[in-house]
Amino acid sequence: MRIRFGLAGALLLATIPLVAQTASRIPRMPDGKPNLNGIWQTMNTANWDLQTHGPAMAPVVAMGAQAATPPGIGVVEGNEIPYLPDAAKIKEANYAKRLALDPETKCYLPGVPRATYMPYPFQILQSAQSLMIAYEYAGAARNINMGKPKEPPTDSWMGWSNGHWEGDTLVVDVIGLNDSTWFDRAGDFHSDSLHVVERYTPVSADTIQYQATIDDPKTFSRPWKISMPLYRHLEKNLQLMEFKCVEMTEELLYGHLRKEPRKQQ
Amino acid sequence: MSYRSFAIVSALALTVAIASAQVPAKTWTPSRTADGQPDLQGTWTNATLTPLQRPPELAGKEFFTEEEQAAFEKKRLQQNDVESVDDGKRGPADLARRAYNGAWFDRGSHGVNTRRTSLVVEPSDGRIPPMTPEGKKKFDEAHANFAAHPADGPENRPLSERCILFPNAGPPMLPEPYNNNYQIVQSPGFVTIMAEMVHDVRVVPLDGRPHLPSNIRQWKGDSRGRWEGNTLVIDTTNFAYNDKSRFGVAYDGFTDQNLHVTERFTRTGPKTIIYRATVDDPTIYSKPWTIETTLSKREEPIYEYACHEGNYGMFGILSGERAQEKTAAAKAK
Repeated sequence: MRIRFGLAGALLLATIPLVAQTASRIPRMPDGKPNLNGIWQTMNTANWDLQTHGPAMAPVVAMGAQAATPPGIGVVEGNEIPYLPDAAKIKEANYAKRLALDPETKCYLPGVPRATYMPYPFQILQSAQSLMIAYEYAGAARNINMGKPKEPPTDSWMGWSNGHWEGDTLVVDVIGLNDSTWFDRAGDFHSDSLHVVERYTPVSADTIQYQATIDDPKTFSRPWKISMPLYRHLEKNLQLMEFKCVEMTEELLYGHLRKEPRKQQ
Repeated sequence: MSYRSFAIVSALALTVAIASAQVPAKTWTPSRTADGQPDLQGTWTNATLTPLQRPPELAGKEFFTEEEQAAFEKKRLQQNDVESVDDGKRGPADLARRAYNGAWFDRGSHGVNTRRTSLVVEPSDGRIPPMTPEGKKKFDEAHANFAAHPADGPENRPLSERCILFPNAGPPMLPEPYNNNYQIVQSPGFVTIMAEMVHDVRVVPLDGRPHLPSNIRQWKGDSRGRWEGNTLVIDTTNFAYNDKSRFGVAYDGFTDQNLHVTERFTRTGPKTIIYRATVDDPTIYSKPWTIETTLSKREEPIYEYACHEGNYGMFGILSGERAQEKTAAAKAK
């Protein structure tokens, strides 16, 4: 017992300077706030399914392994999404028709939090008074209001973001989200009562711990959380590329209205 | 540069700003961001009543007097208010004209504050210069193609109708009838310009890195920035080309993949940035031309403009065209 206690004490002692070290190691702005500038991306399969999932066949046979669902460990804390009974049925129906119904298929704006864990990079642009997030997917963008919180004039795809700092954590309160986005390709969805609170906590020079609390009383029996690290891209001269995916979806959306069928390429 | 020297520079800048508050705009010195860039941040608009090219009736007149500008603004506002122009006709053309009434438009209520008579400032006649023979050929082909195939498929429509790109986003950033709003954020090493329509973000690196390989083409091109004194200079190449104008539905300002745009942002006061953009496209134009607009400060935040998600217009355009073809074919029988 004494030995264990001693070990625990030693561990505790070792932990204190480590925390202090972490806090001093994260990049900071001239005003002392954490500097979140950079190109970031997750390294998980949350966009396919927030919950732990095995592999699945591609929804289009011709795509074979190219578009198969990669298996992955989930990002939902506790792995359970607490759907209300009727909502659980809708999720199942969504899953069955996921290729046709997922807004990502049509290049629609991804909403929050999905924009964060789409398999594309995003860039945080932070100055002393402003904070903007530019996402490569669909050229989605968010302006985080760091001033006095404001109310959105109406609902939108990417919602309305009011941000503030809690110590070294950027907390973004996202309201005014419409009911048209999904959380993933597995049909996880929400209503227009969605309220998301995101927390961006830098834990090293090149990692941010991201957590989002999802509250939607019309769809879920209680608030639930997802969490995952964001990793900094370290490639030299990396830049967000233009991915205006509208062009990739015009045949899908309007092909039946063409004068002549599109020539196969 | 150390933070200490930043502080000295900022303090100097502030002193100059205070001292020059009462003197002409030219000597106004912008404050600096923490990393030493002249500060262009905030929400801005380039809405204006001034036309891109100088109208023929104003040939030789580069600037209005104050009275002339006021009269011009009054006339333009009346012309733009479709509700007030009622010729009593209610045909299809009139309906199309009335589809967008005064509630839609956001051209502001003034011309540019330099009182210029056109946005084109070079050449000095305020007109886009003549096309090269090759440029004219390309332009005529594009025109003929659009006339013969107005809506065979979505690709026949202008980029704006497809929700791909509006002239606001540019570059060059040209005012449109509405949503002429921008937000500029300056983070260390970057200037970022977000155009409200269609949530187009240009993240411009300032570190002198090379452009993307020339085979990579983007609708907004590939932008690189640098500071020349207090002026931000952005150089953009690698434009995509699809025979539709980047400048809107009209074919004014037709350009191709050889387009090279040089933009210059100079903050001349707390509420003003003078924006200049030189359009150089040697295959299309006999010489480069330059436009100038004013970016005026706004205090309101930018709201999301989601275009593609609600693009019922494209369904309407294509299915309308198919219906017309069907009717024409039935008549021909």
